[in-house]
Amino acid sequence: MAVSPQIPQLTPKDYGSDQDVRWCPGCGDYSILSQMKKTLAALQIPREKCVFVSGIGCSSRFPYYMNTYGFHSIHGRAPAVATGLKISRPELSVWVATGDGDGLSIGGNHLIHAIRRNVDINIILFNNRIYGLTKGQVSPTSEFGKKTKSTPWGSVDNPVRPLSLALGVEATFVARSIDVHVKHLAEVLEAAARHKGTSFVEIYQNCNIFNDGAYLYATDRSLKFDNIIELQHGQPLRFGKNNEKGIRFKDYHLEVVTIGEEGVTEDDLLVHNEEREDPSLAFLLANMSYPQFPEPIGIFRRVERPSYETLIQEQIQEVQQKQGKGTLESLLYSGETWTVE
Amino acid sequence: MTSTASTDVAKIKKQIEEITRATVRFAGDSGDGMQLVGDQFTTSSVIFGNDVATLPDYPAEIRAPAGSLAGVSGFQIHFGGTEIYTPGDKVDALFAMNPAAMKVNLGDLEKGGLLVVNKDAFTKENLEKAAYESNPLEDGRLKEYKVLAIPITTLNREAVEGLGLDRKAMDRCKNFFTLGLAFWLYDRPLEPTLNWLQQKFAKKPDILEANTRSLKAGYHFGETSELIVNAYKVHKAKIAPGTYRKVNGNEATAIGLIAASLLSGKPLFYGSYPITPASDILHYLSEKKEYGVITFQAEDEIAAVCGAIGAAFGGALGTTGTSGPGMALKTEGIGLAVMTELPLVIINVQRGGPSTGLPTKTEQADLFQAILGRNGECPVPVLASATPADCFHMAVEACRIALQFMTPVILLTDGYIANGAEPWRIPALEELPPIDVPYWTQTGSNGFKPYLRNERLARPWAVPGTPGLEHRIGGLEKQHITGNVSYDPQNHEYMVRLRDEKVNGIQEDIPLVEVNGGDSGELLVVGWGGTYGAIMTAVEQLQEENKPVSSIHLRYLNPFPKNLGSILSRFKKILVPELNLGQLRYVLRSKYLVDAAGFNKVQGKPFQVNEIKQAILDALEAE
Repeated sequence: MAVSPQIPQLTPKDYGSDQDVRWCPGCGDYSILSQMKKTLAALQIPREKCVFVSGIGCSSRFPYYMNTYGFHSIHGRAPAVATGLKISRPELSVWVATGDGDGLSIGGNHLIHAIRRNVDINIILFNNRIYGLTKGQVSPTSEFGKKTKSTPWGSVDNPVRPLSLALGVEATFVARSIDVHVKHLAEVLEAAARHKGTSFVEIYQNCNIFNDGAYLYATDRSLKFDNIIELQHGQPLRFGKNNEKGIRFKDYHLEVVTIGEEGVTEDDLLVHNEEREDPSLAFLLANMSYPQFPEPIGIFRRVERPSYETLIQEQIQEVQQKQGKGTLESLLYSGETWTVE
Repeated sequence: MTSTASTDVAKIKKQIEEITRATVRFAGDSGDGMQLVGDQFTTSSVIFGNDVATLPDYPAEIRAPAGSLAGVSGFQIHFGGTEIYTPGDKVDALFAMNPAAMKVNLGDLEKGGLLVVNKDAFTKENLEKAAYESNPLEDGRLKEYKVLAIPITTLNREAVEGLGLDRKAMDRCKNFFTLGLAFWLYDRPLEPTLNWLQQKFAKKPDILEANTRSLKAGYHFGETSELIVNAYKVHKAKIAPGTYRKVNGNEATAIGLIAASLLSGKPLFYGSYPITPASDILHYLSEKKEYGVITFQAEDEIAAVCGAIGAAFGGALGTTGTSGPGMALKTEGIGLAVMTELPLVIINVQRGGPSTGLPTKTEQADLFQAILGRNGECPVPVLASATPADCFHMAVEACRIALQFMTPVILLTDGYIANGAEPWRIPALEELPPIDVPYWTQTGSNGFKPYLRNERLARPWAVPGTPGLEHRIGGLEKQHITGNVSYDPQNHEYMVRLRDEKVNGIQEDIPLVEVNGGDSGELLVVGWGGTYGAIMTAVEQLQEENKPVSSIHLRYLNPFPKNLGSILSRFKKILVPELNLGQLRYVLRSKYLVDAAGFNKVQGKPFQVNEIKQAILDALEAE
């Protein structure tokens, strides 16, 4: 079908702003920016309907580089700003760009509550496991024992697992991807955009200045097959260079098995079901960590639940249908009144 | 009033005494329903045609131990046939439901005043809880008062017997017995309360019946019992013609926000986190869905203000309300709204501070916080309501300024006016002009410039969804006109000065302040916020005594009205009464180089008229 000349197709480039991108050369953020533009073009979301909201940090510069509406707010508060925006303007496509420090440390509270309310926003968490903009302090996702400028003797903080946190508050869409895994990233972003309700996406993102190689195990050609497992709905969990390994659910635990060894067949493997109402299995998947386990990428959970802004609007409509819309006169003269002559 | 004092009330003859005004206080346990009784007495009084002012006074604990001094809750109402500006200093009648309530409040009862107590509550246990070594009803120490010791619990139980209620439920009605008695004493109509009961308990017929019986039993007890003192007749007040309703400050604030939303055609968004004494604004607004109001009970104070900022970016009238500690948390968000130049209204119902302070008590100590309390050069317009009903007008004003100037605006009220009620003359619709602030839609030939300004220095409000106006804003310094991020030193200073000039320019759009009394002379009393009633009454009373005193009351605190400086310069002495250590005085001294003196009280309580009068007399005498 020919495209109508009145409505020119938007290309990824159309979603880029005229501002110079100021991330460090080699930063994983570039890849995320470019997949985001592709995703919006794939969905043909009008530029004026898109709003990117961010907090503070390298990732939070994201809105400046998108030729859409954007709000670079204050540290950690993007989910709250986005919630206010979305519940007043439900028709907008609202995105939150945040990082591990912004979203999980200073803004942890807002992240939790946006997710549990199921506001229809897409939260993209750039996880580089370090504070970049402030030049290299330990972050809430930095591994235990990590030496940084603020932890010269090694971090004694137990790290948070972003997806486990999101599942703990019953996020309706939970996914993970990797900055350099561009095709996969675009697919995940598109699925997030299509989901009605809060979409929470963690992206493994390399900070080549302050935490270079943090995800080498997941991105290096020779290592990634053993350390990454791609989740596919309805498919058994298999990984390895020749797809020879898998994940088995046994005695309430997950374990790595090799097909053909000790009588293990594909039938023994856990089959991924992203639509499972109970988030417990997804939680187990989210807790799979390198080096004990391969780390899953893809969609962990995708379930339907009414979104917050819809419920708010429905309540308002219901009252207005029942009582009629209020006017200035009805407002001022409500309650007990009396007249003085 | 007579000075007859007796505990043997049987001998007192019943007669009707005509009075112009009276102050009554109801006191009991915080679970005794004293606030409700006070509220009903107020409604009945305004409908009868009196002017009123009220002062609820309740403890921070919801249910402190029954009968304890810490758990006493009170409600004071001053009503009369003349204009009433304050809830009254001393009370003419005290209704005390137990010994603790009597003990806490007795000091405020006028000598010769009426003391009504529930005799049944003066048990050994309750007397001990109130630290009375002997029963004050029997040991003669109340001889300065007219005491009516009535077995309210017993009489009330008799009244509600046979309805199948248990003891606890029966006793819960005894506040209505007390109310009924008070209605009889002051010749108030029962109908408003009966109507209220009908609505409130429509689905609980037994409770409705019990409370109705209690109310009537109390009333009839006054009417038929021989055991009663004078009843009073308070004439209707000469009030300006119009239609009235009773409002407290929090209600009036909420109504003002909705009115501003209707007047501007912008949907109202109210983000809030529960906090005393501001929560009632949230409660009121959550009910008003027919006006399209969106209320967002956020996870914290920060999310409440940030949600409102997000909503404002989307084109809503973004508002948030809180009290002092919550203001502290919202500070960074307010700075963001200053930088992004979005309309936002922040309401601070001030309470005693610092920190958690005195959550249920009033204070005016957040003025510095409002004017100055942010990082960077961060000017924010500050308004303050003078009375409960004035909260309506100032809420509309705060929204108007926020929308017309694209700026956050802080509205200060306080616990005293937030919970205090008065009759409000409902403004005619034509007294409320529309707030005409259209969204920006023009793209311009060189593209959209989000920081281009109009004659008020307000930037355009371009909301998401408008094609061609896509733009980015944020907390980083903006380049003049383009709104792009800019670290340029000259641009930064320019923008700092521009934001300051914009807020100062609001002076052109606010009313001049009016002097009450001669507009030059010996002494000018300068007040702001909720102290209006006490200051006004004190000044008028002294003016009647021909004392050389005038007063002004400031409702616009940043910027000040244009004529303030010249008014100040025309008086020899300036006295600034405040419920803080002198914050307005500090600002006036620094801004106008005037030798203003302060009269300051920080007790969590409002000023009494006599205190202000004395301070004025002292100031007049001072060299």
